[in-house]
Amino acid sequence: MEVLTYPFMIRALLAAVFTGLAAPAVGTYLVQRRLALMGDGIGHIAVTGVALGLLTGTSPTLTAVIVAILGSVLIEVIREKGRTSGDVALALLFYGGIAGGVLLTGLADQSAATLNAYLFGSITSISWADVWVTVALATVVIAVSAGLSPQLFAVAQDQEFARVAGLNVRFYNVLVAVMAAVTVTVAMRTVGLLLVSALMVVPVATAQQVSRGFRATLLLAMGLGTLASVGGLTVSGLVSADVNVAPGAAIVLLALAGFVVAWPIGMLLRRRQRLAEPFAADPGVGLADDTDHTVVPENHQHEHGDDCGHPAVPHGDHVDYIHDGHRHAPHGSHYDEH
Amino acid sequence: MPVIEVRDGTVVLGGRPVLRGVDLRVEPGEVVAVLGANGSGKSTLVRTMMGLVPTVRGEVSLFDTPLDRFRDWQRIGFVPQRATAAAGVPASVREVVASGRLSRRPLLRPMRMADRAAVEEAIAAVGLADRAKDGVSTLSGGQQQRVLIARALAGEPELFVLDEPTAGVDQPSQQAFADALQVLVARGATIVLVAHELGPMAPLIGRTVVMRDGRVAYDGRPIVDAHELEHHHGHHHPDLQQPGSDYVPAVASPMDQEPEDR
Ligand SMILES: Nc1ncnc2c1ncn2[C@@H]1O[C@H](COP(=O)(O)OP(=O)(O)OP(=O)(O)O)[C@@H](O)[C@H]1O
Ligand SMILES: [Mg+2]
Repeated sequence: MEVLTYPFMIRALLAAVFTGLAAPAVGTYLVQRRLALMGDGIGHIAVTGVALGLLTGTSPTLTAVIVAILGSVLIEVIREKGRTSGDVALALLFYGGIAGGVLLTGLADQSAATLNAYLFGSITSISWADVWVTVALATVVIAVSAGLSPQLFAVAQDQEFARVAGLNVRFYNVLVAVMAAVTVTVAMRTVGLLLVSALMVVPVATAQQVSRGFRATLLLAMGLGTLASVGGLTVSGLVSADVNVAPGAAIVLLALAGFVVAWPIGMLLRRRQRLAEPFAADPGVGLADDTDHTVVPENHQHEHGDDCGHPAVPHGDHVDYIHDGHRHAPHGSHYDEH
Repeated sequence: MPVIEVRDGTVVLGGRPVLRGVDLRVEPGEVVAVLGANGSGKSTLVRTMMGLVPTVRGEVSLFDTPLDRFRDWQRIGFVPQRATAAAGVPASVREVVASGRLSRRPLLRPMRMADRAAVEEAIAAVGLADRAKDGVSTLSGGQQQRVLIARALAGEPELFVLDEPTAGVDQPSQQAFADALQVLVARGATIVLVAHELGPMAPLIGRTVVMRDGRVAYDGRPIVDAHELEHHHGHHHPDLQQPGSDYVPAVASPMDQEPEDR
């Protein structure tokens, strides 16, 4: 436990909190517009940015931010202009990014281990300067995601409607792309470039299992992202004396574990919600009148009630009980089939 | 002062002319139905009016302002032709309808009482008050269509442009929607409505435009459905440009809709 009070660990935890909040916030908007893999693409491109920093001796964080923003805007342009070939063009960009990164790192005479620290995160390599850059950029991303959420939501939900509402759709699209790029670089030190997309997407997928609204999904995803990134980093720090566990791997596996737990809960919730949905009130059938009704044929011993174990579903002016696939409605001393 | 004016509107999509020299003026308070077969250019016409499709020739103005200088978007409510209101992340009915207030809300300002009231009223008008908290993806197709109608209603616009708003909507809800439109019409709203079947909305219509092959084939007195146009063929009908030149529109019935289009 002592390891948690080491200065490098405090720096890493601070970075992890802000990364955990920012990544799912942007990720929610990416998932909403069905661009879940965009973060991945930007991460690949940012590898070239890091390598450029290593090669030129400047800050890899700075060069990564610049290259990632350029790449994300390029992706957005290709997405807007291209129709069918957009997909392929994006793939070319991704592979170009990672191949270029590896090549440049070689030229810079850096070992694969140096690059690894950026690909999968590394607790010990985070300096105070890195922490402040992370905190500042993540704060901007979180503030924009929350402050402009009505606009970003509308644009991602329905672009045409958003345009007729007078929103500058292209501006908001590029804004989300740039925020994604910034988040990728922010997350580079903790989760790493190759796994950052998971921290953007997995908490959102987990939150969706139990939430019905957008706001609820956004907030829950941010909470889950923070839990995963702080938890994963702590695990990685605790075991670091014995084995080398990259923080990125621990964070992503923890986030995935959250999804595995939430999935069956979500299934159950959705099932219960479907069962409780009222049957359509259809006059003539819904009203138990004496001339037109079918009495439950068998000798129905069971008394339906609040806690009888059979789902009670509102039906017009009364309640039906679902019993072996039949809808039983109380009618005087017996039950009717509805 | 016309609310909508299209002059010589010509649109090319994918290299093919889709609108060919369309002229259309809609005056304040008019209720116009746009009819026509699948692919006749109805959606393209209303999308052109909304500035969603660029024209290669001709001009479009809204409220006497050329489209490229038009900024008063809160005066317009648009219901796009769409099968679903859902996206990649769950969103509640109330959240989707609330985005209809955006054109009236200043940036970075929370919703005010008036905004909330308008949203609740719009949801009630389409009969979804008891589903307001539910995710739109759990609703049926017709219910989702009603969410999109409510979103346009929430903005309290002066001009309504609706592209097949009641496709897949059941009879009672169509009636409820027609009643909501009736209230707007009484308030003086202008309405442009694309439809295959007018149903309960028929009594509201003051003028019918029939599109055929990218041109306006008929513009005048309301007809319930384009079949009537064929039916009257040969009889004396003062408003229709007769005789059997290519000017009599052949318009498909609602049964002819392609399933892919839904
Ligand atoms: N993006 C596009 N690219 C190329 N052609 C298009 C595009 N959108 C529409 N078209 C073509 O334009 C024509 C008119 O389409 P439009 O959607 O306006 O028809 P519509 O009258 O609304 O039909 P529907 O009743 O099916 O809604 C069609 O022939 C269609 O194939
Ligand atoms: Mg159409």
